[in-house]
Amino acid sequence: MADLVWLIPAFPLAGFALILLFGRRLGDPRAGYLATAAVFASFAVAVAIYFDLLSRPEDERQTVVTLFSWLPVGSLQIDLAFLADPLSILMCLFVTGIGGLIHLFAVGYMHGDPKFSKFFMYLNLFVFSMTLLVLGENLLVTFLGWEGVGTCSYLLISFWHTRDSAATAGKKAFVTNRVGDFGVMLAMFLAFESVGSLSYPVLNEAAETGSLAASTASGITLLLLLGAAGKSAQIPLYLWLPDAMEGPTPVSALIHAATMVTGGVFLLTRVNPVIVASYDWVPTTIAWVGAITALFAATIALAQNDIKKVLAYSTVSQIGYMVLAVGTGAYVAAIFHMVTHAAFKALLFLGAGSVIHGMHDEQDMRKMGALRAFMPITAATFIVGWLAIAGVPPFSGFWSKDEILLFAMAESVPLYVVGVVTAVLTAFYMTRQVIMVFFGEATWTSHANEDEAPEVAEGDEPVETHDAHGEFKPHESPPVMWIPLVVLAGLAAVGGIINLPNVLGIPSGTQYKLEEWLHPVVEFGEAEITGTWAYDNKVLLIVIAVAAALAGLVLAWTVYLKKRIQPWEPTLFAKGWYYDQAVSWFMGNPGRDGFEAVAEFDQKVVDGAVNGVAVAVKETASGTSRSQTGYVRQYAGIIGIGVVLLLGWFVVIRGIL
Amino acid sequence: MIAAIEPTWYLLLAAMLFGIGAFGLLIRRNPLVMFMCIELMLNAANLTFVALATQLGDINGQTAVFFVMVVAAAEVVVGLGIIVSILRRRPGATADDLAELKG
Repeated sequence: MADLVWLIPAFPLAGFALILLFGRRLGDPRAGYLATAAVFASFAVAVAIYFDLLSRPEDERQTVVTLFSWLPVGSLQIDLAFLADPLSILMCLFVTGIGGLIHLFAVGYMHGDPKFSKFFMYLNLFVFSMTLLVLGENLLVTFLGWEGVGTCSYLLISFWHTRDSAATAGKKAFVTNRVGDFGVMLAMFLAFESVGSLSYPVLNEAAETGSLAASTASGITLLLLLGAAGKSAQIPLYLWLPDAMEGPTPVSALIHAATMVTGGVFLLTRVNPVIVASYDWVPTTIAWVGAITALFAATIALAQNDIKKVLAYSTVSQIGYMVLAVGTGAYVAAIFHMVTHAAFKALLFLGAGSVIHGMHDEQDMRKMGALRAFMPITAATFIVGWLAIAGVPPFSGFWSKDEILLFAMAESVPLYVVGVVTAVLTAFYMTRQVIMVFFGEATWTSHANEDEAPEVAEGDEPVETHDAHGEFKPHESPPVMWIPLVVLAGLAAVGGIINLPNVLGIPSGTQYKLEEWLHPVVEFGEAEITGTWAYDNKVLLIVIAVAAALAGLVLAWTVYLKKRIQPWEPTLFAKGWYYDQAVSWFMGNPGRDGFEAVAEFDQKVVDGAVNGVAVAVKETASGTSRSQTGYVRQYAGIIGIGVVLLLGWFVVIRGIL
Repeated sequence: MIAAIEPTWYLLLAAMLFGIGAFGLLIRRNPLVMFMCIELMLNAANLTFVALATQLGDINGQTAVFFVMVVAAAEVVVGLGIIVSILRRRPGATADDLAELKG
């Protein structure tokens, strides 16, 4: 069964091709259902392979399926090959599973859009690229998927390209991602230079046996970290993700929460032996990049008023947790949090999409409030997502976040403190969002109509077809949209069971299932923490985590619902620490000057050299051609003189005759 | 009995013919005359071949002469054809007038 792993990317590719060819004829909504079916077919294959791998002994749960030899160039032998192992199949399960649910939601959300079938074409292409990314047997196949998701991200963010901000956001995402891609490419070159192969098994084998020098391993790791910072939106390259919210909401859910942004964390987990083989300060750097990003993004999320911006910064923050986990050697915890985050963040984004849909394209939370009566299902599922991300037991986010904090504590206290503070902030801003949207006073009645009109007039084409001006009333979304919400809410609620810790009387048969499953992949890299203080005081850490979550929750409750404390939302946070402006300023002024200097160097020196050679050749040629006078007798004379000279040379100098 | 003519004389005659031919080629501008000069030089070479072949008793020299004659005949056919067609188009043209391909 595992030999059929190529079917996982094949289905979305087929869906893409079919919609490309017949999309217009299929139309709305059949193109959407076709795309959804393609992704669920992949999911079915992934499930089948999962059970196949599960039935094998642990050390045989790895199959390489080579489709064909892709780049046979001298010693560079690259196959288009897939690696079916516990990690890639787990990734496929949630990419296709949650991706399928998001496709289904999008059928409802995108209903009536003039480019309906094109949207699903891009979505299927995206899922294809993502499965290629996770299934790749070597860095190049992964990179193909990596670039593919980047491209699809660009296409989907700027899907409503007639809107200026959407077009700009798409470009921003693409350009920022290029910086990270550059790191991945250099890492590939370095890997090939030192190991002679781009294949993960070979590379990891070299790292495990110690034949990979620590300096090279550090170089590869840091370059991959740069790539991960681009794709997974970490400092300093996170700034594309909040802007990416310009895309349709299912895109935000699929790409910028559940799948694409996990690519960086996945890649780092994939090469975990290389990270271990690096210098000691390299994992520490990774951990701090993650920790600082987590805290930094959480502070920004405190003061955002756009319903999707809050979720975007929260995504950056949560992925910061995953990177922190990777840096502390908690690969299982990182993947665990990735899976639970995929479920609850997809849920939150789709919930937000449902709210936006019901509010007729209103995204400002200040113009919402008290929506739970109008959208009971959306509200109930959103609340599950909120509890999960806030880390309230027994919802899924609690278990995975707790595992990360445990490893952070075992590694160093400052990392743990940053993690806990972030947890408080997370609970705080998510509670704030839930209150502003679903509780409190309804603030939309007075604003709704006056804001609605210019919104539609701005774009060239009306985005939604069911706008009902005059009588504005939020409404619940159709079943095709709330069914995925309910399923995701179920996953977000109980997702923690895949990796329960060994505390609090949890039956021993159900503990650490994910760790068991991932064991062959992370065996070498996973940090050993048994015997540390943190491990022995697990229960205390859990109590602290719960207290942190509840503290953030209660605090937000008093501030935003009871209004006992004045809200504190400094402009510094609302503006994202002016990071965006700083980058724009830097790129606009010294950066621009620098690039202009480079451009001038290119024009004057590089082009000058090329043009100079051409001019020299031209001058020589026209000088030579001037000797062709066209007088036959002159030629004859030259020939005659030449003959005499040759004869003289033979007779006088060579002495012939 | 007249004394046998030494081969040296033949060679001397050939050299003179060749010199006249080469000189004529360089100073005359009429294409037809230039052509005749070329023929003169070819025949000077032929005379050298024959003279030396006789002196050395080697038949190969005479064989070469036939080759030269064949080549010269072919050359005359092509060359005269070109000259006639040029003169038909541009009556009175000299070799120096035909300088369209100069650099």
